[in-house]
Amino acid sequence: MGRIQLKQVKKAFGDVVVIPPLDLEIEDGEFVVFVGPSGCGKSTLLRLIAGLEDTTAGTIEIDGQDATGLPPAKRRLAMVFQSYALYPHMTVRKNIAFPMRMAKMSLQEQNSRIEAAAKALNLTDYLDRRPGQLSGGQRQRVAIGRAIVREPAAFLFDEPLSNLDAALRVGMRMEISELHKKLDTTMIYVTHDQVEAMTMADKIVVLQAGVIEQVGSPLELYRTPRNKFVAGFIGSPKMNLIEGPEAAKHNAATIGIRPEHLTVSPESGDWKGIVGVSEHLGSDTFFHVAVDGFAETVTVRAGGDVDLHYGDAIYLTPDHELIHRFDEKGLRIP
Amino acid sequence: MATKASRSAARIMMAPAVILLLGWMLVPLTLTLFFSFKKYLPMRGDSLEGGLDWVGFENYGRFISSSSFWPSVQTTLIMVGGVLLITVVLGVLLALLLDQPIWGQGVVRILVIAPFFVMPTVSALVWKNMLMDPVNGILAHLWRFFGAEPVSWLSDASMQSIILIVSWQWLPFATLILLTAVQSLDSEQLEAAEMDGAPPLKRFWHIVLPHLSRAITIVILIQTIFLLSIFAEIFVTTGGAFGTRTLTYLIFQRVVDSQNIGLGSAGGVYAIILANIVAIFLMRIVGKNLDA
Repeated sequence: MGRIQLKQVKKAFGDVVVIPPLDLEIEDGEFVVFVGPSGCGKSTLLRLIAGLEDTTAGTIEIDGQDATGLPPAKRRLAMVFQSYALYPHMTVRKNIAFPMRMAKMSLQEQNSRIEAAAKALNLTDYLDRRPGQLSGGQRQRVAIGRAIVREPAAFLFDEPLSNLDAALRVGMRMEISELHKKLDTTMIYVTHDQVEAMTMADKIVVLQAGVIEQVGSPLELYRTPRNKFVAGFIGSPKMNLIEGPEAAKHNAATIGIRPEHLTVSPESGDWKGIVGVSEHLGSDTFFHVAVDGFAETVTVRAGGDVDLHYGDAIYLTPDHELIHRFDEKGLRIP
Repeated sequence: MATKASRSAARIMMAPAVILLLGWMLVPLTLTLFFSFKKYLPMRGDSLEGGLDWVGFENYGRFISSSSFWPSVQTTLIMVGGVLLITVVLGVLLALLLDQPIWGQGVVRILVIAPFFVMPTVSALVWKNMLMDPVNGILAHLWRFFGAEPVSWLSDASMQSIILIVSWQWLPFATLILLTAVQSLDSEQLEAAEMDGAPPLKRFWHIVLPHLSRAITIVILIQTIFLLSIFAEIFVTTGGAFGTRTLTYLIFQRVVDSQNIGLGSAGGVYAIILANIVAIFLMRIVGKNLDA
């Protein structure tokens, strides 16, 4: 079980309000990702749930019980830190055993859980090494192992992949997703990387300046962003946000169109422009196009074989079904 | 750019310093060894110009068979051990305390470090006359205030008093080194331990103390080297009386009081050997911490 409810939770450091009162529900077994730019309060929110920070106001309930005043150890939550926070003087085995030792579990039970965790995480050969002798990915797995053996109500991940290189990150992303499928335990995952959020989450919570901008499944957020911020934050490359007369044509203050929803043609189309920088990825090509009459360049995705170069004329046609419209306040117009 | 030319140039440029340091160490060492095999009593007319008699190992035999030799070794070890124990234990506690965010942290830290800046002779005098004096000392007043008989610290509890004075001097050093070690501890480790269900005392025992082990090793090694040669504090307070005669002090007495340079030099060689034995022991016991 791991159902977590935040009710009017507020956090302030002195006079600075980091998180204005906020409500959030996390269902049992869900994989929830907190995503937002750095300094948006997502880590603080996680630490509030963990109990490492005290709430200024509001209540946190875990499985229906008020946990606001409980110390971190009593909340039955396990956390994986950005720096892994392994104990450097202990072997991998002792690291994983530490929470069970603190809980005064029998040695037999400890060993069987360590073996199981080590097997699940491919750590069996490294149990007698120290963290200093392990690679980044292995340390990450030890940190996860230390969390698993406690059989917590929920796992908390604080940007766990940001210290890994790109290739390893993709691999660990899969492993964590698989782990979630296997354990079926609630997981809360903090990241600033929207790709991680999109690929792993059941539910994404987009935060900005401590305020929840939108909560929803990855595709909901992609298809119907509630405001300009979410529209720009989710999706890679970013959605093109266009203001001015072109937006007025659609009765909106701003319109948004994703790079993948524009059709490219060298001869004819709605918008005419000049190709600027182009990024060839092999499968796709991204053109940054200076369109006549637009303040900002428009990014567009084309196939890998489109033969256009810097300075060429280009015509873009948006898919009118997929244009997002926003009002003066940046809110979505349905 | 370690080319052959730059390496030999570096060697030439370092040479003066190396030669100076080598001379600094070798000349006194050789002289001590030289005198230790000679009969050299300046008051009885022996002099370098007149030539000194070679006496072989006689000085060594006399120094070690003297009834004050073994007690002085024992005194040395007790004094060094006592000071180490006090400074390390209190140093760890003070370091943890100073690591807490408090108002006026900077000033408090300077105050804590201050005793280290006071010369040994001066601090010993201050302790002797201002604090421990049985008639006018602050402690005597304090004792009388509570209706107790003032203690004559330096004669009745001489060893403890000197250990106290020396600890007071060395505590800042231990605290300073341990404080930097405490500050280098990753706070996420403590938070992880907290989430893992470790209460404060267990966090200290399982996380903080192992993290400090290397710094404690350094404190013990450095302090031992300096504490083996404590002199000023004993000279100023008890003058070696009341069971406070350490090996260093015994050598001083042999050379200056008895004017027997040969005998004192032999003692000096014993002191070198003792210091090395202690150093090897320490390296064995705690030195493995430095490898990790």
